[in-house]
Amino acid sequence: MLTREQAADIFERIRRFSSADEVEAIFTGSRFALTRFANNTIHQNVEEENSIVSIRTNFAGRTARATTNQFDDESLRRAVTASEKLARVQVADPDLLPMPDAREALGRTGEAPVAPPSRFFEQTAAITPADRAEVVKGIVAVAAKHKLTTAGICSNSESRVGIFNSRGLANWHHQTLAEISVTMLADDSSGWQKSNSPDVRNLDAAQLAETAAQKAVESAHPREIAPGKYTVILEPAAALDIVGFMFWDYSGVAILDQRSFLNDRIDTELFGENINIWDDAAHPLQAGSPFDGEGMRRRRVQLVGNGVVKRVVYARATARKMKNSEYAAKVGPIEATGHGFPLPSEMGEMPMNIVFGGAENPRGVEQMIASTERGVLVTRLWYIREVDPYEKIVTGLTRDGTFLVEKGKVQCGVRNFRFNQSLISMLSNVEAMSAPVRACGEESFDMVVPAMKVKEFNFTEATKF
Amino acid sequence: MKTAALLALDAASARGVTYADARAVSIRNRSLTTKNGRVGHASESESLGIGVRAIAEGAWGFAASADLSRAAVEAAAARAVEVARASARVKREDVRLAPEPAAVAEWTTPYKVDPFTTSVGQNLDLLLKVDAEMRAVGGVTLAETGMNFLCEESWFLSSEGSDIHQTKYSTGAGYTAYAFAGSEIQKRSYPNSFGGQWQNRGYELIEEMKLVQNARRLAEEAVALHHADQCPEGTATIILDGSQLGLQIHESIGHPIELDRVLGMEANFAGTSFLTLEKLGHLRYGSELVNVVADARQEHGPGLGTFAYDDEGVAAQSTPIITNGRFTGYLSSRETAHTIGAARSGGTLRAEGWNRLPMIRMTNVSILPGETPLSLEQLIAATDDGIYMETNKSWSIDDKRYNFQFGCEIAWEIKRGKRVRMLKNPSYSGITTEFWNSMDAICSRDEWALWGTPNCGKGQPQQVVGTGHGASPARFRKIRVGSAYS
Repeated sequence: MLTREQAADIFERIRRFSSADEVEAIFTGSRFALTRFANNTIHQNVEEENSIVSIRTNFAGRTARATTNQFDDESLRRAVTASEKLARVQVADPDLLPMPDAREALGRTGEAPVAPPSRFFEQTAAITPADRAEVVKGIVAVAAKHKLTTAGICSNSESRVGIFNSRGLANWHHQTLAEISVTMLADDSSGWQKSNSPDVRNLDAAQLAETAAQKAVESAHPREIAPGKYTVILEPAAALDIVGFMFWDYSGVAILDQRSFLNDRIDTELFGENINIWDDAAHPLQAGSPFDGEGMRRRRVQLVGNGVVKRVVYARATARKMKNSEYAAKVGPIEATGHGFPLPSEMGEMPMNIVFGGAENPRGVEQMIASTERGVLVTRLWYIREVDPYEKIVTGLTRDGTFLVEKGKVQCGVRNFRFNQSLISMLSNVEAMSAPVRACGEESFDMVVPAMKVKEFNFTEATKF
Repeated sequence: MKTAALLALDAASARGVTYADARAVSIRNRSLTTKNGRVGHASESESLGIGVRAIAEGAWGFAASADLSRAAVEAAAARAVEVARASARVKREDVRLAPEPAAVAEWTTPYKVDPFTTSVGQNLDLLLKVDAEMRAVGGVTLAETGMNFLCEESWFLSSEGSDIHQTKYSTGAGYTAYAFAGSEIQKRSYPNSFGGQWQNRGYELIEEMKLVQNARRLAEEAVALHHADQCPEGTATIILDGSQLGLQIHESIGHPIELDRVLGMEANFAGTSFLTLEKLGHLRYGSELVNVVADARQEHGPGLGTFAYDDEGVAAQSTPIITNGRFTGYLSSRETAHTIGAARSGGTLRAEGWNRLPMIRMTNVSILPGETPLSLEQLIAATDDGIYMETNKSWSIDDKRYNFQFGCEIAWEIKRGKRVRMLKNPSYSGITTEFWNSMDAICSRDEWALWGTPNCGKGQPQQVVGTGHGASPARFRKIRVGSAYS
C-alpha cells in the first residue's frame, strides 16, 4: 500500500508527464480482508491489496479524469494522456473553478479547523486470518448453544486516501475499520446484528451473536398480522437505512437540478421540532476522511434544526453557481462546505457524515416498548427504493427480527411487512428517540443515529414469512 | 499477465493445495455523461491484477494483488493458502468440486466496432445531440445522458490444466428527461432506466439504438405525465413492456434460482430463497406459457451474461429454469452442483474483477417468446380492460424473493383494446409464484429483446456485475396495482 511519501513522488512524475494548466491526483489504497461464514462454517475468505491513482487535468474550463492502479512511468503517462484527451475535446465549462490551494482548502479565514480524532488503530490493522477465524468460531458456538444456524462476516481493513494538486495542496488520511455482521437463523425466524468501528476493541462479537440469537429465538413461529398504519420502534440500523435515502437531496446541485425534495422547502418546518441533523466528519463516532473530493476540509453543517430545514451542502463550484442562481435568496447560507465529490461530477456533493441530535429526554428501546400500547418493533429494513422523489416516499421491507408489541411488551414475532412511507411524514411523527449511536446497515451509509419510535408508519402488505 | 497466473499457480501448488486457480485480469473502462447541455462526467480507467483461489485442508482461501511482480504474485498465492488454512479452522466438511475437463481456449466477444476506437468527441457529440432534443421540449427541467464501454481481458489457469484467455466487451447508453412542476418530479428514460440498454457488443449497439430519434418523444412524455391521472389502486389486468419484464425476471426468477442463496450462503446480506431444494421438478412456478432459460451461450444473444467460459473454467451452457410453468433448474457452480445431484456445474461463477472471488451469478436469464405470432399492439387490442406499464422506476423484493413491488415511469389505461388515457405513478405488487401463474399471454419473437442489467449487486464484499434478460411484453391477470401510493 502506498505511503504518503511514495504518493508525493508519483504525483511529481505525473506533473512532469502532463501539459495541462492544472493537474490533480487522488490516491486511494487499501489492504482489505473479509471472512464470510454461513451454515456454521467459513465458506469464503478473502484478502486484497490495491492502490489507485486518479488523475484530473484542467485546460481552461475543461476537465476530465483517468485512473490506473499501476505506477510505472508508462502506465502513468497513459493515464495522463487519457485524461488530457478527454478534457481537450470538451467545450469549456464557465462554472469550472481553478483547483484550490492549501489555504483555500482549509476553509474560511480565521476559522480554526476541527481535526477529527485519529482513525487508525494498529490493533485493527494487525488482525490475521487466524484471528478472524477465532471470532467466527465464537459466533458459531453461540449459534450451536441456541440450536441455530449462523451466517455473517468478520472483516478488517487499513485504507489510505490522499489528494495532491499542482497548486500545492497535499492532504492525506489513514484509517482502519473492523466490522462484524451476524445473522442467526431458525426454522421460520431469524435475527441480525451488525457493528463497525475504526477500533476493533469497540466490537463485541459475542454480544452481537447473543442478541441476534435472541431475536431469532423470540421471533419463532411468526404470526401474520394485517398491514396498516402502526406505531413502529425502529432500532438504530433500521432508522439509518430508511432516513439515508433523503441525504442525496441535501445538495446544492440537487436544488439547481430541481431533483431535490427540498426545492421550495428550505427554511420551512418540514419535520417534527424534535429533529436536529448535522453533517460532522470530525464527530468522535464518525469515520472517513476529513477532506472532500477537491481536498477541501469537511465542515460541520447543521442541516435541520428543530424540524426546520436550514441549508444544504456545497462543493466549491456549486456554491458559486447557487449564489448566481434564482434560488440564492431561498436556500439559506451558501458557501463551500467541503462535501464535493471528485470532479468532474454531475452529482456535485452530498453530506455523508450524518449525526442526529439527541432528544431532550432520550428513551431506550426498552422504554419505547414499555410505552407502546400496540406497535411493531423493527430490527432491520431491506431493499429500500424511492417511489416518489418529491414526497420522498420509499418502499422496502422489514427483515430478521420483526415483533408485535402490545401492552408495553414484546408479544411475538410477526411476518415481515412491506412499507410505503413518506420520509417527510415519518420525521414529523417521531414520538421518542434514544441517545444517538454509531450504527451501520446495508441500505445506507453509516451514521450516528438514534432508535426512533414513530407513529402511523405505513405498512401496505405482508409477505409470507 | 499469463506469466503472472502461472507463477501464482506454481506458488500455490508448492504449498500443498488440493486445488488452485489464478485469474489475471485487465479491465478498461470509458464513462461519459452529460447534463443540461454540458459534459457531466468524462473518465477512463484501467485496472490490472491477479486473484488466486486455493483449497487447502478442504477449505477455500482467496487473495488478490494489483502488483504483478514475481514477488508480489508469489506472496498473494501464499496468502491465499494461509487464508484457506484459517478457513479450515471453522469447517464442517471438505469442499467438493464437481469434475470439469480442463479447457484450453481463446474467445472474444463478437463485435463490429471496437468501442474504444471511437473518439470521445464523437461520443460526446451524440450525447449532446440527445440532450438538446430533450431540452427543446418546454417543461423539461433536467436532461441527463450517459455512455459506457468496458473491455475485460482475462487469463484463467487452474491446477487441473485449464488455460483460458477471454476478452469481453460491454457497451451501454441511455438517457432520462426530468420535469419538475408544482409538487411533482416526473421522468422518462430511453431505451431503459438506470443506465439505458447494455449488451456485450461493440459500438454498433449505440448506432442501432436510435437515441436521437426517440429523445423528443420521451421528453414530451415526461412533461405530459404532469397532466396525467394517477394510476388507480385496486386489482387489474396489466401488460408489462419487455424491459420491465426483464427486471421482473431478474428479481423474482433470477435471484431465487441462485443455488448459493438457496443453500444459505448469502443469508447475511442478499438473503435466501423460497426455492428450497425439494421444489426442483415439482413447483408450479408459472402458467404453462412461462418458459425460462439461463443461457450464457453466444447463440442466445449478446447479453451481459454471455461468455465462453465462466470464472472457474466451466463452458457456457443453457439450463432450463422453468419449463411449461414447472420449476426445472438452478444456477450452480462446481462447489454446489452435488447438492442438486448434478454431475457438472451449470457454469455460472463470475467475479466483478481480479480482486473479487467468483460467485454464482445470473447469466442471461430469459423468458422465451410466445410461439404464436403476437405483437404488443395486438396484445393491447386483445385486452378489454387493463393497464399497460412501461420502463422501471423503482424495484423492491423481500429477502426470500416472495413479495415484490415495482413502480414504472408511465402507463396507459386500456379499454376495449385501445389506450384511452395516460396514467402517472403506476405500480404493481404481488407474490412471485402467484404473479407468474397469472401470465396468460406473451408476445412473440419479433417483440423479444435481450435487455442488460449492468448493476446487479451481491456478495460481501459486494460485487456488481451485468446480467442479461431476454423478454417480450406479456400480460398478467388480477394483479394488485397502485399500492405504492396507498
